[in-house]
Order: sequence, then structure tokens, then C-alpha cells
Amino acid sequence: MLTLGLVHFLILSAVLFVIGLFGVITQRNVIKVIMCLEIMLNAVNIALIAFSQYIVPTALTGQVFALFVMVVAAAEVAVGIAIIFSIYRSRESVDMENFNILKW
Amino acid sequence: MPELVFLLMAAVAVVSALGVLVVRDIFRAALCLIVLFMTVAGVYVLLHADFIAVVQVLVYVGAISVLIIVAIMLTRDARQGQPLGNLKYVAGAVAFLLLAVIVYSVITTAFTLSESAPLEETVKPLGKLLFGDPGYLLTVQIAAVLLLSAILGAIAVIREK
Repeated sequence: MLTLGLVHFLILSAVLFVIGLFGVITQRNVIKVIMCLEIMLNAVNIALIAFSQYIVPTALTGQVFALFVMVVAAAEVAVGIAIIFSIYRSRESVDMENFNILKW
Repeated sequence: MPELVFLLMAAVAVVSALGVLVVRDIFRAALCLIVLFMTVAGVYVLLHADFIAVVQVLVYVGAISVLIIVAIMLTRDARQGQPLGNLKYVAGAVAFLLLAVIVYSVITTAFTLSESAPLEETVKPLGKLLFGDPGYLLTVQIAAVLLLSAILGAIAVIREK
């Protein structure tokens, strides 16, 4: 029987991060790309809180960082979805292939 | 017992994260994402981060998933279930390599673990840390400005010309 330690949480975090990364690169639907970004941010939060818990359990530094990551994630989703709507209105599509307005 | 709970939640988290990628119907993928958010909140509880777990449920399960579902509904007539892009194999190789590197470095690094017991409740110390004198008060205010500017930016981008 394993005893729960820092390594296990870090490996869970790494697996979730890699799944999110794979999704961000391969998905064609831009809303799914945003969902995979959220998976990546959650993975990072798990790592931050695990480090905070096992290395400085009384200082809570990692938990403060995780809170700020959540603030930035909320802002990112709001702006990202606004941009998606705006492009969807002009292009009638949420496919990444059509999101090449900024391509030079 | 915590080991069993952790294994269960890790399994559910990884399966639902894969579900977000694999499930064709994007609305069901969003439901998979909500399951993932809930299990991550459970992992936070396992890590004695009670306040962060509550905030996770409020912000992610409550707000962000609703935003994503609204986005899905407003783009409903778009083509469903697009296939993966043609970067599939390259991305898979890169992701697997990254996972191998991270796991290797995590296993071989000797972390200096602390012996002291975790805090029983984190709300009060977190509040003191965020709003107290040697704390993160300036960062909290910057975060507030960031949220305000994100809201204004979202409204400005989305408004009909």
C-alpha cells in the first residue's frame, strides 16, 4: 500500500497538464481549446497547493498563488469567450482553421 | 484511507480529462470538464486546502463552466465533432515526452519536506496573508483591477458595432 506523498500529487498534476496540452494543440473546436486551457490551469493549481502543503505547510504561499491563478483564469475565460463570439459573428464558425484573421 | 480516496479521485480526474478530449458532443465534453473540476476540489480537500476547495467549486464549477456552456449554446449551429487536427502524432509525441521528463524529474528530485502538521483551518490565516500588513494587499488590488479591465474588455469586444 502506498503512502500518500508529494510525488503522487505532482504526477497527477503532470498527467492532467499533459492531457490539457495535447488538447490545446490538437482540438479544432476553439471552445474545446479553452476547456483544455482550464484543465492545464487546474493541473498547475494542484501542483502549487501540493508544494505549499508538503514544503511550507504553515505559510500557505502556494494557496495564495492558486487563488491568483483562479482570478487570472476567470478573466482569461471571459475575454476569450468574448473574442470567440466576436469572431463567430463574422465567420459563422468556431473551427480553429477559420481563426486566421491575424495571420500575415 | 486517504490513499484510496486519492487513487479514486485521480482516476476520475484523468478519465474525465480524457473525456473532454475524446467525447464528440461538445456539450457532454463540458459536463466531463465539470466532473474534473469537482474532483480537483476533492484533491484540494485531501491537501487540507479547505478554502481553495470552496473557491474552486464557486469559481470553476459555478462560474467558468456556466460561461463555457453559454458559449456552446450560442454557437450551437456550428459544426459538431470536428476531427482532431493533423498535428495529432507530433502533439502526442511532444506531450508524452514532456510527461516523461516531468515524472522523471519529480521522482529523482529530493524535496525538503516539512515535518510540521498542516493548519487545521486555512480561512483565517489566508485572510491575514491576503489583507494583512506583510502580505499580498497590493496584489489583491491589482487582481481587482485586472478583473475589472477583463470585464470591460469583454463587453467592448462583444458589443455590436
